[in-house]
Amino acid sequence: MIRFSLNGKTLEADTSPNTTLLDFLRQEQRLTGTKEGCAEGDCGACTVALLDPDAVGGPAWRAINSCLTLLPMVNGRTLVTVEGLSDGETLHPAQQAVVERLGSQCGYCTPGVVMSLFESCYRDDAASEAAQSDQMCGNLCRCTGYRPIQDAAKDVAGCRPADRFAAALVPAVTDPSGAWTRGDESWSMPDDWSVFFDAVEQEEAQIVCGATDLGLQVTQRGVRFSTLVSVESLPGLRDLHVDGDVVHIGAAVPLTDLERFAAEELPVVARMLRFFGSRQIKHRATLGGNLCNASPIGDMAPVMLALDATLVLRSRAGERELPIREFFLGYRQTALAAGEVVAAIRVRKPGPSARVGAYKVSRRREMDISAVALGAWVEVSDGLVIAARLGFGGMAATPKRASALEAALVGQPWTIDAVERLIGHLDEDFQPLSDHRGSAWYRQTVAKNLVRGFVEETEHASFQALPDRPLSTIVQVSK
Amino acid sequence: MSSPLHKSASHESAVGHVTGRARYVDDIAEPHDTAHAAVATSTVAAGRLLGLELTAARALPGVLGVYSAADIPGVNRIGPIVHDEPLLAEDQVFFHGQALAVVVAETREVARAAAALVKPQIEPTLPVLTMDEAIERADFHTDAHVIARGDVEQALASAAVVVEQDVRTGGQDHFYLETHGSFAQPVEGGLKVTSSTQHPTEVQREVAAVLGKPASTVVCEVARLGGGFGGKESQASQFACLAAMGAHFTGRPVKLVLKRHEDMAWTGNRHPFLGRYRAGFDAQGKLVGFAVKIYSNGGWTSDLSSPVMDRALFHLDNAYRIPALRFEGRVCRTNLPSNTAFRGFGGPQGVAVIEDAMERGAAALGIDPVELRRRNYYVDGDACPYGQVVDNVRLQRITDQLLESADYVARRAEIDAFNASSRWIRRGIGFVPLKFGISFTASLLNQAGALVLVYADGSVQLNHGGTEMGQGLYSKMLAVAADTLGVRLDQIRHMATSTEKVPNTSATAASSGTDLNGAAVLDACTTVRERMRPVAAEMLDCKPDAVRFVDGSCVAGDSSVPFADVANLCWVKQISLSSTGYYATPGIAYDAETGRGTPFFYYAYGAAFAEVEVDARTGQYGLVRVDILQDVGDSLNPSIDRGQVEGAFVQGLGWLTVEELIYDDSGRMATHGPSTYKIPAVGDIPADFRVALLDRSAQEGVIGGSKAVGEPPFLLAFAALGALRHAVGSFGGLPEIAVPATHESVLRAIEALR
Ligand SMILES: Cc1cc2nc3c(=O)[nH]c(=O)nc-3n(C[C@H](O)[C@H](O)[C@H](O)COP(=O)(O)OP(=O)(O)OC[C@H]3O[C@@H](n4cnc5c(N)ncnc54)[C@H](O)[C@@H]3O)c2cc1C
Ligand code: FES
Ligand code: FES
Repeated sequence: MIRFSLNGKTLEADTSPNTTLLDFLRQEQRLTGTKEGCAEGDCGACTVALLDPDAVGGPAWRAINSCLTLLPMVNGRTLVTVEGLSDGETLHPAQQAVVERLGSQCGYCTPGVVMSLFESCYRDDAASEAAQSDQMCGNLCRCTGYRPIQDAAKDVAGCRPADRFAAALVPAVTDPSGAWTRGDESWSMPDDWSVFFDAVEQEEAQIVCGATDLGLQVTQRGVRFSTLVSVESLPGLRDLHVDGDVVHIGAAVPLTDLERFAAEELPVVARMLRFFGSRQIKHRATLGGNLCNASPIGDMAPVMLALDATLVLRSRAGERELPIREFFLGYRQTALAAGEVVAAIRVRKPGPSARVGAYKVSRRREMDISAVALGAWVEVSDGLVIAARLGFGGMAATPKRASALEAALVGQPWTIDAVERLIGHLDEDFQPLSDHRGSAWYRQTVAKNLVRGFVEETEHASFQALPDRPLSTIVQVSK
Repeated sequence: MSSPLHKSASHESAVGHVTGRARYVDDIAEPHDTAHAAVATSTVAAGRLLGLELTAARALPGVLGVYSAADIPGVNRIGPIVHDEPLLAEDQVFFHGQALAVVVAETREVARAAAALVKPQIEPTLPVLTMDEAIERADFHTDAHVIARGDVEQALASAAVVVEQDVRTGGQDHFYLETHGSFAQPVEGGLKVTSSTQHPTEVQREVAAVLGKPASTVVCEVARLGGGFGGKESQASQFACLAAMGAHFTGRPVKLVLKRHEDMAWTGNRHPFLGRYRAGFDAQGKLVGFAVKIYSNGGWTSDLSSPVMDRALFHLDNAYRIPALRFEGRVCRTNLPSNTAFRGFGGPQGVAVIEDAMERGAAALGIDPVELRRRNYYVDGDACPYGQVVDNVRLQRITDQLLESADYVARRAEIDAFNASSRWIRRGIGFVPLKFGISFTASLLNQAGALVLVYADGSVQLNHGGTEMGQGLYSKMLAVAADTLGVRLDQIRHMATSTEKVPNTSATAASSGTDLNGAAVLDACTTVRERMRPVAAEMLDCKPDAVRFVDGSCVAGDSSVPFADVANLCWVKQISLSSTGYYATPGIAYDAETGRGTPFFYYAYGAAFAEVEVDARTGQYGLVRVDILQDVGDSLNPSIDRGQVEGAFVQGLGWLTVEELIYDDSGRMATHGPSTYKIPAVGDIPADFRVALLDRSAQEGVIGGSKAVGEPPFLLAFAALGALRHAVGSFGGLPEIAVPATHESVLRAIEALR
C-alpha cells in the first residue's frame, strides 16, 4: 500500500508497481486534466508538480512527467495536478497568466504548461530568459508558436503568491521509502543498505532511480518488472557537497539540484546540464542513472570523462572506487558487478591552469538527445598542453575519450594553429555511425569543430559560460 | 460593454483549458461497461495477405471480439473523395501499419495484448517507397492536372536568364498534441460517436456505410479537438469506424484512443513534393516563363491527395504574375501511410518551387531578392494562371510598410558588413511575400449551416457545423452571434458540434471555418432577431426599424427592454425563436479539364522578414528577429488572429528546418515519437518576434469584413530559408540547402562552399 497527498487529500493506492502516475491519475482517479501526449517524457502534457526536498536549497515544487513516474515513487510525498490549483473559481497566477496571454489554443498542452509555470511561480532562480526557456522547453505546444507561453512565463517567474502552495514550502521530512508486493510484482525503496542488498539479490531484481530511462520500457515496450528496487532513499545517495576541492555528488541527486549547485562549484557540469532533457526530466533524472545507463549518447559521461571522475561503488562487500575511464566496457555495458551500485561520483574541481568546456550538438537545441557531445579538459602550463582529456558521446559504442588526439596535444601549444595541425588524429579515435540524429560525416566534422571551438574559447580563459540565449554550443569569444 | 466583434478576447474555453475541465474524447466519463479497442496492423509495407490467424487473440481472457474485413456488415471502403481505402485489409497489404483487424476487450491493456497476438500470413512484395521509384514505374493515383497559358518554351528561349532546379520538400507529421480518439456508444436507434474529427459529417457517413445503415442512425459529436491541422480531416473516420464496429458487435460503448507511436506510424502526413522547374527572367528580373512539373507522394490511397495537388498547382505562382507557363501535377502511389491534408494543403509545397526560382533568379541577375520579387508582384486586374482575375491586391502596400518597419535596407548592409569580418558566425536576412487563395478547391464544399435556439428566458444555444480545434472558431462564432442578436456573451452557450444539429457539413478546413460558419450563424441569428423585432417595437412603442439589439437589451431612443422579456413575449405570442442558417460561397467554380476557373472567393496576403545567425562549425543557428505583416481583413478577434499567425509561422518553421520523417528501407517509420521526431520547442522561436496585422483592410462580402487566417501565415516561414541562404551564401557562391534545413543540412551547404 502506498500513501500520498494528492491535491490536498491523502490517498491510498494498491496498484501494480508498474503503474505510471499518469495512468493512475487518468484511469483510476478519473482526474483527466493531466494529459497523455506521448508517454515518453518528451511532450510535457502529463506534467504534475511534486513537493520534494531539494538537495541544495530547501523544499521545492518540482514539475515532473507523470508518464514516466512509477506510482510508488510518490509514496509519502505531496502531489498537485492541474485540478488542484485554483481556489474555487479563483485561478492560480499560473492559470491566470495563460488565460490572459492567450497561451492556450487547442488546450491539450495547457495543463502541462500550467504545471511548469506553477513551478516557476515558486522558484527564486527563474528570472533569466535561460531559466524560463529551460523551465518551459519540456512542454511542446503545436498551436501557439510559444510566444504567449513565453510571455506568461515572464509574468509569473518567481512571483511566489502567498498561498497554500507557498505555505507548504517548509522543511519537512518526506519519506518515500517502503516496500510492498502486489500479485507477482514487487516494489521496494529501502532506506537501509542491508535491506537493499537483500532486495537486489532477488532473482530478476531491477534497480531503478528516477526512471527517466527505465520508465520508457514500461510505457513504450510494455515491460512489467517483477521486482523493482529503488536506490533513491539509500543513505547518502542525495548528498551533494564540496570537500576541499572535491565535489561529492550522490548518485540519486536530481540533475536540477546538481545544475544549480554546479553553477557555482563546477560550472562546466552546469553548462552541459543547461541543454540536458527538460526541467521535468532533470527533476527526476540522476547522475547515477545517466552513467549506469551507459548510453553512448548520454551527456554526462563525456563531461565526467573529461573531469576524470571517480565512481564510488558499493556492494554488500563494501565500497570501492573506480575511475570513470574504466567504467564503460562496451555498448551499454559497465564494470558494475552483480548487486553493486554507484553510490556517488567524486569530481576534483579543475585547477587554475585547467581549461574546460562542455558541448552538445543535437537536431533541436533544447530537449533532444545528442548527435555529438564533448566534455573537454586540458591542463596548460607556460602555454603548452601538459595533459588533455576529451570525452566524446555519439562517436562510438560507448562514451569514449579521444586518446590519440589527447596524446598528440600533449607538449603542443594551446593555440588554434597547433590544434589545426593535430585535429586529424580524431580520425584515428573515431569512426562514428550514421543514424537519424546525424550522419557519420556530420558527427566527425562537428567533433573536430568542437575541439576547434574549445581551443578558441579557452586560449585565453579557463572557461566560458553560455550566454542567456546561445545560438551555438560554442561560445563566441569577443576578440 | 458593447459588441464583442472585432475585439481581442481570450479563447472561450481558456478557463477550461487551464483548469483541466475542458474535456477531450479520452476524458469523457466512461460508462461502467465501456470496452476498449486496439488495432492489429501489418508489419510489412507491401504483400499478399494470405490469411489472418485470430484464434490466439480471441482466446485471451478479457477479449470480447476480434473482427476483420470479413465481418464488416456494410462496405469495406472509406475515403473522402474516391472511396478506395479498405477499412481493414482484404487480400493485400499496402503499408507498414495498415489495419488488419480490430480487437475489443475489457481493458486497454488486454486489447493491445490481443492485437499483438493477431498473426497475419503475408507474402511480402517489394514496396515502392519514394516518388522517384513511383515515377519510374509510372504508378500514380491521378492523371496529370495541367494548367497552361501562352508559349512557355518560346518565353524561356527568349529569357535573359533561365534557372532550373529540382526542389524537394519533405513530409511533416501533424503532431497535434491529442492523438486520434473515438468513442462509440450504442444508443436507442443507432450509435453516437464522439470523435476527435475535423469532419463530423464524414465520420457519420462512413460509420453508416461501414455498418450498412442509413446516415440517420449515426450521430457524430465533437466538443473540441486537441489540435487538428488537417490530420483529422479525413483520417479520423477510420478510427471512428473501427470503434463503431466494436460497439455494433458487442453492444457496449467502445473507446479507441491511439498511442502516439501508433498515431505517427499509421496516419498520413503532409505530402512530400518534388518540383522540377525551369524559370526564365528578363534582364529587369521579370518572370517571363515558368515551366513546372510537380509530383507528390500520396501514399497508399488517394485520400485528399488530388485536391492537395490542385492547391499546390494553384500556388505555384505565389504572389507573382507569370505571362507564359505550363504547370503539371501528378500524385505518386507508394507503400506509405496515405498522406493527407495539412495546414496549407499543398500551398506551401507549390510556393516552395517558385520561391526557389526567385532566390536563384535574384542571384543570377544580381538583383536584391526583395526587389526582384516586388517587380513581379500581381497588380489589380492581372489574371492568375487558371484565369481568375485578382483585385484589391495588397502586396505592394504590405511590402512597403514592412520594408520600413523591419528596416531592411540598413539591416542587410549591416549584415553584409558583419559577415565580411566574421569567420565562423554568419548572419542572413530573408523575405517572403504570400498570396493565398481562400475557398475549398472543390467548389461544392463551400457551404455551411447553423442552428440558433433562443429560449424564453433570453438564453441562447448556438450550433454550427464547424469544429473547434484551437483556432478560436467558437470564440469568433460566439462574437458573431452576440453581435447579431445583441446579447451578452454570457447569455450564449456554444454547443458541441453535432451532426444531430446541423447536417451535411463540410470539414473545418481550408481556413474557411469562420467565413462559412460565420455567415451561416449570421443568417440564423438575423432570422430570429428579425422575428423578435416587431415584438420589441411593440413593447418599446416605436417603429420596428428604430429597435437596436445591444448588450442583452432592445433599445429605442431612451427606453429599453431586456432581450429576455422580448423573448418571453415572443413565446407568448407564438413566434418561433429558433432558426437554421445557411451559406454557400457565391460565384466560384473550377474546371480541372481546362485548367480554368475562379476557384477562390478572395486571396489573403502577407509578408515576412527573418534574420538568422549561423555557426559555421556546427551548422547550428537561431532566429534573431522576425517581422510579419499579415492581412486578416478587419479582424474578428485580433489577439486570436495573432495567435494563428504566430502558430502557423512556427509550424512552418518546423517543417522547413527541423522536422524530418524517416522510414527505414522496409517502409517502417523510424521517427514515431517526439523523442526522434522533433517539432519546434520554446527556444526555437525568434528572439525578437514582431507580428502585426494589416490595418484598414476590410474584405467585402466576408463575415465582419474579416479574412481567413489559419493557413496563409504558414508560408511566411520561407523567409527563414531565405535568411539561411543569405548567411550561407556569405561564404561565396550559391548555397544549396536541402530542407529540412537541419544543422547538418546547413553545415553541408557551408562545407560545399568553403
Ligand atoms: C525526454 C527525455 C529526455 C532525455 N534527455 C537526455 C539528455 O538530454 N541527455 C542525456 O544524457 N540523457 C537524457 N535522457 C535520459 C535519462 O534522463 C538520463 O539517462 C537520466 O540521467 C537517467 O537517470 P535516472 O535516475 O532516471 O535513471 P533510471 O531510469 O532510473 O535508471 C537508468 C539505468 O541506470 C540504472 N541505475 C540507476 N541508478 C543507479 C545506481 N545508482 N547504481 C546502479 N545502477 C543504477 C538502472 O538500473 C537503469 O538500468 C532523457 C530521457 C528522456 C525520457
Ligand atoms: S505524456 Fe508526453 S511527456 Fe508525458
Ligand atoms: S495549445 Fe494546442 S498544443 Fe498547445
